[in-house]
Amino acid sequence: MDAVELARLQFGLTAGFHYLFPPLSIGLGWMLFAYQTCFLKTGNAVYQQLARFWTRLFALTFAAGVATGIVMEFQFGTNWAAYSRFVGDIFGAPLAAEGVFAFFLESSFLGVLLYGESRVSRKVYWLSSLLVALGATLSAFWIVVANSWQQTPVGYHLMNGRAELTSFWTAVFNPSTLPRYFHVITGALVVGSAFVVGVSALMLLRKQHAAFAERSLKSALIPFFVSVILVMGAGHGHAVQVARTQPAKLAAFEGLWETQTGAPLLLFGWPNAATEKTDWAVGLPDGLSLLVGLSKETRVQGLKDFPAADRPPLVPSFLSFHLMVALGGWFALLAAAGLVLWWRGAVARNRLFLTAAALSLPLPIVANELGWMAAEIGRQPWVVYNLMRTRDAVSAAVPAGQILASILLFTLVYALLFGVWLYLLDRQIKRGPQPLAEEIRS
Amino acid sequence: MITLQITWLLLIGILIIGYAILDGFDLGVGIWHLFAKKGAERGAFIRAIEPFWDGNEVWLLTAGGALFAAFPAVYATVFSGFYLALILVLVGLIFRAVAIEYRNKVADHRWVAVWDVIFAVGSILPSLLYAVAIGNLLRGLPLSAAGDYLGGFFDLLNPYALTVGLVGLAMFAVHGALYLAIKTGGETQCKARAWAARAWWAYAACFLIAAGWTSHVYVHGSAALAQAFGAAAALAIGLIRTFNRQGRDTAAFLASCVGIALVMLGVVAVLFPNLVIASNDPARSLTVFNASSSERTLGVMLVIALIGMPVVIGYTAVIHRIFKGKV
Repeated sequence: MDAVELARLQFGLTAGFHYLFPPLSIGLGWMLFAYQTCFLKTGNAVYQQLARFWTRLFALTFAAGVATGIVMEFQFGTNWAAYSRFVGDIFGAPLAAEGVFAFFLESSFLGVLLYGESRVSRKVYWLSSLLVALGATLSAFWIVVANSWQQTPVGYHLMNGRAELTSFWTAVFNPSTLPRYFHVITGALVVGSAFVVGVSALMLLRKQHAAFAERSLKSALIPFFVSVILVMGAGHGHAVQVARTQPAKLAAFEGLWETQTGAPLLLFGWPNAATEKTDWAVGLPDGLSLLVGLSKETRVQGLKDFPAADRPPLVPSFLSFHLMVALGGWFALLAAAGLVLWWRGAVARNRLFLTAAALSLPLPIVANELGWMAAEIGRQPWVVYNLMRTRDAVSAAVPAGQILASILLFTLVYALLFGVWLYLLDRQIKRGPQPLAEEIRS
Repeated sequence: MITLQITWLLLIGILIIGYAILDGFDLGVGIWHLFAKKGAERGAFIRAIEPFWDGNEVWLLTAGGALFAAFPAVYATVFSGFYLALILVLVGLIFRAVAIEYRNKVADHRWVAVWDVIFAVGSILPSLLYAVAIGNLLRGLPLSAAGDYLGGFFDLLNPYALTVGLVGLAMFAVHGALYLAIKTGGETQCKARAWAARAWWAYAACFLIAAGWTSHVYVHGSAALAQAFGAAAALAIGLIRTFNRQGRDTAAFLASCVGIALVMLGVVAVLFPNLVIASNDPARSLTVFNASSSERTLGVMLVIALIGMPVVIGYTAVIHRIFKGKV
């Protein structure tokens, strides 16, 4: 492997590991806010119990997200110095804005949320939970802005050997920012609500803290179902935008070689670069054209329209995209089953559903990772789409050996961190919530 | 344009000084952590910084983002040039972040003991390496025509940079001990005052050596200004000692804050208008004027800063009010 491959591996490792946590923090953050709001309105201690328990799990996740996020702020400079020089005039601003507008908000009020319940009034505490969730959601906005500009760069001109800003708002609201942002945030809401569903199901299966787990489960089923529907809608909108702005990427997602009307939507397949065909393709005729343009007459560009050197890696793009979509379908099924069972009054007793929900616990996070991989791998070979190639973006000052050393170090550190995170989550889940006052009396 | 460039130099200076003052105290607490008694005393140390450390670290992230946005060439050269050193800092920061949040989650003395060591090492390593990096910036780096660092990792560990590194370590040790004196009571408070007094000697000595060494060899900017900041910093450091002996903890801590700010301003004065000095060819040096972003970006960023920073200072004040008093 050369320095470019190693730098990509290192960036993928650190960004991918970091990305385990923020969607969960955002999704769970809004669940906490919902519990705090119910508690503030009704004064019912049941909501306070929910809020306190899930805040403990939230704290574990947030810490891991912050710790691994520090790395991201500096990675562009360490690994991608040529990239940083070329796009810094545009790309740095959203990162700085994230710090000023989002990180300070969430980190300051996180202190109150985790350590300040006894020091502030109920209203200020409620407000803190809102500000933490809002801060995390805003933070995602600025990161999505930066990433979207890499995907669909606008609002710049080439000057002094680099991309210079011509319009801040055009660059911020570039064609992929809002579609991507809605997809990312709804994806985070799926992760948060599905986490509550999955952990509650696990508690019920273990027959631990059953009354609390049942309340938790029911509190999250509707958010889970609604957010799954929303993430699919947002995903559709995002895909339509990709078809318009990054046709090579969409063609790779879909394994489509020939530009055509009546393009099929593949359910399975394995793109083969040597034969320029997708093997074992099973698809719905006209499906892709219908999805992209609401008409089977819609022309969709195929991979053969692009020189081989400009095509993204086919199998990883295709697989990550298709697995993500398949997982989305599974979540819809799971959430719908949960609602039907709840309506029949059996959701907390149905072992099949509980087992499926518990086993699905990591899957929303996996789906988020796959979506991120599809977006980033699908952008290759470009670091800035059609403007700068990834191989031209790397740091000249960093020898491959140092990158390898850092990969080994990060792998070790992150494996440890991941193990500790899981261990502590499991401990907190087994420990369960603080009992309610009436439970203590009885 | 020149006004904007200077403004951004000052704004990033403020962010870095803000970071050094704020995260400096919680890094400093980490430096002393293993010297505290196991159990209640170490618990008090963690409680003293627990609500704040995350917000403090955001100053670093924002400074990083602002440097990227305002002086991308500097961001690229410095972080790729200090690659391994920066990775070590980051690993240190990752470990200490997790240590602060996870050490109390399992009531087992071995669990706590392991995280305590991680917290201390994760605090000492960045404190030292930040200042080693500053030492290397003051000294200059061999740069290629494209601005890429040409030296190796071990070239960064030269005697001058290591001396500056010790200034940073001692500075944060004093700062952290003074903070602990404010936030704790009784025996622990007396202990913290004594630690501050002891570390003060190291701070003062290292500072004088580094300042003398710098003024003899490495002044690129305004010598008069650098000397003025250096003298003012020496005065502030002297006042730390006076207040510390009188038991005026808050005054001593504030003197330490002022001292940190003046030392950093002295660094800027020594370098100005350079940000990264090319030791092999002055024409390759990155300056405030040749390494900045375009006028439009600097202008947009200034608006963001003018809207955002007062709010940020507001949050910080609110949080310190909510969590005021001894732990």
